[in-house]
Amino acid sequence: MTTLLERLSQDRRRLLMDRSVSGRIGATLPQSDVPYQPMPDDKLLRDTLDFPEVSENELVRYFSQLSQLNFSIDHNFYPLGSCTMKYNPKINDEIAAMPGFAEIHPMQPDATVQGALRLMWELQRRLVEMTGMAGCCLAPMAGADGELAGMLMARAYHMERGDATRNKVLIPDSAHGTNPATAGMCGFDVITLPSDANGNTDIDALRYSVGDDLAGLMITLPSTLGLFDANILDVVQIVRDAGGIVYGDGANLNALLGRVKLGDLGFDLMHSNLHKTFTQPHGGGGPGAGPVIVGERLLPYMPTPVVSRSVNADGSEYYTLDEPPKTIGRMGAFHGNFGALVRAYAYITTLGNEGIANISRDAVINANYILSQLKCHYDLPYDRTCMHEVVFSARSLKRDHGVSALDVAKRLIDYGIHPPTMYFPLIVEEALMIEPTETESKETLDGLIEVMQAIAQEAQDNPDLLHNAPHDTPNTRLDEARAARRPDLRWRRPS
Amino acid sequence: MTPDALKYSEEHEWVRVEPDGVAVLGITDFAAESLGDVVFVELPELGAELTQFEKMGEIESVKAVSDLYSPVSGTVAERNESIIDSPELVNDSPFDAGWMVRVTLADAAELDNLMTHSEYQALLEAQS
Amino acid sequence: MRPMTNSKDFTSPYSPNTDADRRRMLDAIGVDSVEDLFADIPEQHRNPTLDLPPPMSEFDLKRYFGALASMNKAPGEYACFLGAGAYRHHIPAIVRQLTSRSEFMTSYTPYQPEISQGTLQTEFEFQTLCAQLTGMDVANAGMYDGSTSLAEAALMAARVTRRNRIAVLNSVSPAYISALRTYTEAQGIVIDAMPSDSLTLTSDTACLVAQQPNFLGCIEDMQPLADRAHAVGALFVAYADALSMSLFTPPSEYGADIVASEGQALGVPPTFGGPYVGIFACKQDYIRQMPGRIVGRTLDTQGRTAYVLTLQTREQHIRRERATSNICTSVALIALMTTVYMAANGKSGMRHTAELTYQKSHYLASLIADIPGYALVDSGVFFQEFAVQCPMPPAQLNSRLLDYRIIGGLDISDRVANGMLVCATEVNTREEIDAFAAALAEIGASA
Repeated sequence: MTTLLERLSQDRRRLLMDRSVSGRIGATLPQSDVPYQPMPDDKLLRDTLDFPEVSENELVRYFSQLSQLNFSIDHNFYPLGSCTMKYNPKINDEIAAMPGFAEIHPMQPDATVQGALRLMWELQRRLVEMTGMAGCCLAPMAGADGELAGMLMARAYHMERGDATRNKVLIPDSAHGTNPATAGMCGFDVITLPSDANGNTDIDALRYSVGDDLAGLMITLPSTLGLFDANILDVVQIVRDAGGIVYGDGANLNALLGRVKLGDLGFDLMHSNLHKTFTQPHGGGGPGAGPVIVGERLLPYMPTPVVSRSVNADGSEYYTLDEPPKTIGRMGAFHGNFGALVRAYAYITTLGNEGIANISRDAVINANYILSQLKCHYDLPYDRTCMHEVVFSARSLKRDHGVSALDVAKRLIDYGIHPPTMYFPLIVEEALMIEPTETESKETLDGLIEVMQAIAQEAQDNPDLLHNAPHDTPNTRLDEARAARRPDLRWRRPS
Repeated sequence: MTPDALKYSEEHEWVRVEPDGVAVLGITDFAAESLGDVVFVELPELGAELTQFEKMGEIESVKAVSDLYSPVSGTVAERNESIIDSPELVNDSPFDAGWMVRVTLADAAELDNLMTHSEYQALLEAQS
Repeated sequence: MRPMTNSKDFTSPYSPNTDADRRRMLDAIGVDSVEDLFADIPEQHRNPTLDLPPPMSEFDLKRYFGALASMNKAPGEYACFLGAGAYRHHIPAIVRQLTSRSEFMTSYTPYQPEISQGTLQTEFEFQTLCAQLTGMDVANAGMYDGSTSLAEAALMAARVTRRNRIAVLNSVSPAYISALRTYTEAQGIVIDAMPSDSLTLTSDTACLVAQQPNFLGCIEDMQPLADRAHAVGALFVAYADALSMSLFTPPSEYGADIVASEGQALGVPPTFGGPYVGIFACKQDYIRQMPGRIVGRTLDTQGRTAYVLTLQTREQHIRRERATSNICTSVALIALMTTVYMAANGKSGMRHTAELTYQKSHYLASLIADIPGYALVDSGVFFQEFAVQCPMPPAQLNSRLLDYRIIGGLDISDRVANGMLVCATEVNTREEIDAFAAALAEIGASA
């Protein structure tokens, strides 16, 4: 028997099509102010569009209520490893919404969008400066898209030199799944590179893997173990000596800002997840932006367009969208996710030279502080100084108390904290990966530490409390097998 | 059906030879349990030629995907369409209703490359 | 333009820890200084010079970016007749208001469904509305943009058919064909561009790609194209303009197997080209070959309806180098904007906006057709844009139009002599349209 309360709570989740009442509408529609133009023949037209009919007030309530079912950074702490969930400054949203940015059309002549092009050119320059590279293209629309652009450039570079047989790409076993997926999309064969006992690249395995068929290496620095590869100079040297391209996955750039430039280490190119390192609200999963930043030898292959500056005889500057001479082509219809670029550039501009360098300082202190306070309570597979994130393991909890990383993560929700990244990197059993970012205070970290310690105790005292967590959420754990076995992917009219 | 009458591969597939000489293939209870909730099985097409110990399909759980390897060489004579619609059969009944394909054997001598039930049990113990 | 701030005194409002906090934390960690934490970085490359400008206050930041913004000639302030893949429409206030809620804006990808039902349910709504707009069985939660959605559709066709040639009509947007090449060719896929009146499809053809309306704005006769593709066992991939589908025959009715579209026109400001959201829809049979995120409906442990990311084994984090795509975004916030837009306009509003757009563009075309020296290029049925042959190079014309506070159409002189692709939608008022026609006449007469 469903109680009234339960039914009302379910009603709040009713889908738009189930709310639809013929004759309602959620928008006012303008009338035509031009003389009537004959419409085309009916046979070209659609009979009916099965769309909802819902009033504006009801829409506002529906979406507002749905929003309240979400956890968000503005709500609480998000120590989600590898995702760099830092605070998103509000001013950046306000700036991106300025009509001079939001309303401009991507195909306007260069002369009419000099402010936008100048902004992009300055951002290109800042990214080049922070990474020690030679050039930058802002077109890729996400980190994975930047990876794709980068590896297509590596491929184009080898092809241009007649090195068509270079088809192997080395990827450490700690890498994100995007790296091998990207290499696959570029037609490369993926060779997985093991890590050594300290979490660094296994140099012997690397030496063994390089040869005339090596296209390059995709490496994340610091790695997804949160470690700065102590062998990095050797790694770069071995790959370059073998004729390979060294690609840096910039997902973890937050740890390096102002501390080291990948260009100085000999990397050929990298991408930067602007939405992480330089903040763009994640929006429940996008949009992002993933510019590629490249060294000299790959400059000609960048995607199109890039922004160039020329200085006129009178000293005035003029910015244009240009096509690199041997470009790999377009990454999308236009010039990249400009709205995200505006926010990232506003962030970089706010912080400036000193503020940018302090990001890595505070991010790394925060992560090491958590490491130091939790290592007695959770397994620490690599007990050494970490960078911006730390990877624990719930292996002992699982063995001794049957409590998994998933259970720990779900229990954190009950305490109002977003779970860490779980079961990644794949080489750490029962992994719990924590990235605090620089925007969290010591008090917030102390709160997480206290909760994590309490959960480790609960795992011993009352494991079921963890198995059944979370307890106080809009939904309890979901039947994911059911969703995958019989995919139900849209509303359908009841038959 | 008792598992001890079957032959096993190192990839945790089982094979049973019917009186008419046709082989029935499936995955073991150990494999099904390790995968967790099976949500999708991609079987080889009817008439497909299988080679012993080579990939014949894929099996997916919610968050993992694994290759299926054929324990024998031969031609696919029948597919168990019911596990396409109800993949949970693989979990619920791996040795029976969860069978995958029936294969006309190319070379019955290949069965000698497989393990007996007790050999398979020993392998599992060695791996744990 | 760049006021000075004394960077030595700079305290970031975004990093709360003080020197005293840091000292206590370093003590707890057991190191003397911050530098000890960075000791793994090769010493010769550690702490390089960073040559960035000094920090800036919020007040100064607004002035600096305000100045950059004001250097742009923004539509609204200028009348604008550009289309070609990005379209201006009125966006109801609730779109911005609701999508600006920080619960939507500052949440992560919904990997934890118990605390992400807001995002998941709105994505399910997006999938529903996209499926209904295109008429297809299913849609995913969103791709980067229309062009990459089209490229992924072609890649999916290659997976489904296990073939490696993609036939694409010349009438598809050149920018889209360029992106299609970028995303596919490295996988050994060959792109064959061809005119619709001389199709060369073979048993290697994975799909035929056509755009509706085509790059020059005209409605193509799609059914015969679909039939030709199907006759050789290829799929038919339709790129269909999003708003046009609420007025014209949807792709499901002319034989499309996969549909790609750009969601921008439905509630997203032009923003100089992005972020937008790609719509991706297809037949039920292909769901396990789809790229991108997909949300499914299921139950929680208490039997209540709930939504969750599903069919994840297709994706990069599980299948790695064998994933259907490397994509790991669904551009959720932009998809939400289009969802709210579609819901607000609803059944009658979508159709009304499309009809109004049709009325405005045809009115503009009727005026231009009467101006001496100008000619409409194609007399076929068009929706919101059309090609015009001008009496002078369009670049010159556009430059002169700026004096009238008008941003003219797209220069397409590389495919039509003195050609300009002109677009009008419901946001172009009659006053603007009349002024545009008058300006074209005046500039044309002086040529």
